[in-house]
Amino acid sequence: MTQQYDKLSPDAFKPVKVNNKEAEQIAKPSLNFWQDAWLRLRKNKAAVVSIFVLFLLVIMAFVGTHLTSHGVDEQELSRANLPPKISWLAPIGIADGHAKVGGKDVDLYAQKNVKENYWFGTDGLGRDMFTRVWKGTQISLLIAVVAALIDVVIGVAYGGISAYYGGRVDDIMQRIVEILYGIPNLVIVILMIMVMEPGITAIIIAIALTGWIGMSRIVRGQVLKFKNQEFILAARTLGASNIRIIFKHLLPNILAIIVINTMFTVPTAIFFEAFLSFIGLGLQAPNASLGTLINDGYKNIQFQPYILAAPAVVLSILMIAFNLLGDGLRDAFDPKMKD
Amino acid sequence: MEELLPYTLFLKLTKLTKNSHFTFRCFVRGIIIGGASMAKYITKRIIYMIITLFLIASFTFFLMKMLPGSPISSAPKLSPEQLAVVEAKYGLDKPLPEQYVQYLGNMLKLDFGVSFQFKGADVTQLIIDRAGPSFQLGMQALVLGTILGIILGMVAALKQNTVWDYGSTLIAIFGLSIPSFVFAAVLQYWVGVKWELLPVALWKDGFASSIMPTIALAIGPLATAARFVRTEMIEVLGSDYIMLAKAKGASRFEIAFKHAFRNALIPLITVLGPLAAALVTGSLVVERIFSIPGIGEQFVKSINMNDFPVIMGTTMFYSILLITIILIVDILYGIIDPRIRLTGGNK
Repeated sequence: MTQQYDKLSPDAFKPVKVNNKEAEQIAKPSLNFWQDAWLRLRKNKAAVVSIFVLFLLVIMAFVGTHLTSHGVDEQELSRANLPPKISWLAPIGIADGHAKVGGKDVDLYAQKNVKENYWFGTDGLGRDMFTRVWKGTQISLLIAVVAALIDVVIGVAYGGISAYYGGRVDDIMQRIVEILYGIPNLVIVILMIMVMEPGITAIIIAIALTGWIGMSRIVRGQVLKFKNQEFILAARTLGASNIRIIFKHLLPNILAIIVINTMFTVPTAIFFEAFLSFIGLGLQAPNASLGTLINDGYKNIQFQPYILAAPAVVLSILMIAFNLLGDGLRDAFDPKMKD
Repeated sequence: MEELLPYTLFLKLTKLTKNSHFTFRCFVRGIIIGGASMAKYITKRIIYMIITLFLIASFTFFLMKMLPGSPISSAPKLSPEQLAVVEAKYGLDKPLPEQYVQYLGNMLKLDFGVSFQFKGADVTQLIIDRAGPSFQLGMQALVLGTILGIILGMVAALKQNTVWDYGSTLIAIFGLSIPSFVFAAVLQYWVGVKWELLPVALWKDGFASSIMPTIALAIGPLATAARFVRTEMIEVLGSDYIMLAKAKGASRFEIAFKHAFRNALIPLITVLGPLAAALVTGSLVVERIFSIPGIGEQFVKSINMNDFPVIMGTTMFYSILLITIILIVDILYGIIDPRIRLTGGNK
């Protein structure tokens, strides 16, 4: 040990001169809340990968439907029930267009004389699964965006108004919420679908009716917490208007919680749509959503499991990515909550 | 009676948690501060429950009336006289308000009418007949899911930031993300069809045929419980009284099970409500995939066949079930932890 110290140059032991002016200097630029959160989020590998995967899925959802020359519900029975075939994977024996027919391994592409490759295979009506899966992803993403918007617009406004104005307004608004809160989501959708055609509109209306309640309760709690604090009193004393207090002082303080909660609403909504489509309450044929595709695949699972595989994998990845990103954002925005 | 209810609960909880001091503290506060308000709170909640159910029932009735046609309009070859007789029999000739009152009255008697799909089958009887498998599956899944979830969450919290922790977090994320119908279908394909380990579907082989659906249903509660217990345990393990226990020389085992575990478990009651809702949703798809003669499977079938009386009856049944569970959970939690009072915080 001692020998190591001998190797150090004597320069290292010169006393440091303390400069009073420099002592006041701050080494790093100060970070605001969002920069700080972004730094923490970037360290979370799962969240970063999720952002990347989601980005990729969004691109594929819109580009993927145009990558092949087939329409979403273009039927061609001469090419029905083809297993997936990807030219660069075929030599290894995966996705080479072979399938077991009556116990024998047959190249269905050669048998049916199909030149083109279908990356995800085709279904019983000869529709290209690749196009259909990405079309279904578009529906899931649309539901995600709508659910998030409803959460932010209705939920935040309702909770905010209820808490900020308080008194009788709060009483009435909360009584309404208490009643709505008791009605199971499933019940509302079924009632909606009995009046309307089953489909995307009915699902969106069902989400609009109840989806915002959780958010409104959280926002209300937060606004109640902040609205009696000193900085709001100070702003009010200085003559700030209600609008200014809400948007300039209250909202920035609760924005993090709004973002986190929205991120957890999104996968729930995506699941809800897929679930409804799976049991036959959602989108109707020939429209494709991941739920209906999984339903089709489930019916053929014994002989053509690949029809189930593609939409099931995409839906699962979508859900995992949103959940991981939500976890990451929660940890990034509120480090106290972590561990 | 009101005084007795908390007292028996107190004894039970003390037995359960073996931490009489904690329960006692909660109860003293609960009874002294909230004794009167607790009764008031429960009454209030029950009133809300009734209003909610009433709204659902009314909404359903007027929707049915809005739909074109009536249950007998498509009955062929009825002379106007016969039609009048049938209408009188089902009370369809009376003015709307009267029909509405009759409908609500029937609902109070739990009479939801007759199924279109099965000729003349009473909806209430249909639900009762099919409740068995659904109830068994639901309970098995709930017990399996919460127990495994608690174990996973405990392991993750005690071995924080190790492979154990990451593994259990991974399972929880997957369980939370992968939709139950995807999981059930994959399970059925591999375990049932490919490996032939368990019956593929149906409800014929007793317990064996309930294993796969139970696992498929349990994965959701498992993930929720694991995440919840992990967070709670970590919070409890960091608290002062755990440090005191450590300072007094309690073993790791004793700290984990005797001190931390029981307190971490209490808030788990709050997630029971959402879990029950998730189980109902899950049972619809899982019962369909495994062809189990339960309420969920019946419900999905009725939806696809537009069997309105069955849809309405099952909807009301689910509403009553879920609302009651949420009410019980809220009341239990309010009693156990008086800090949480869901009165809306207006005072």
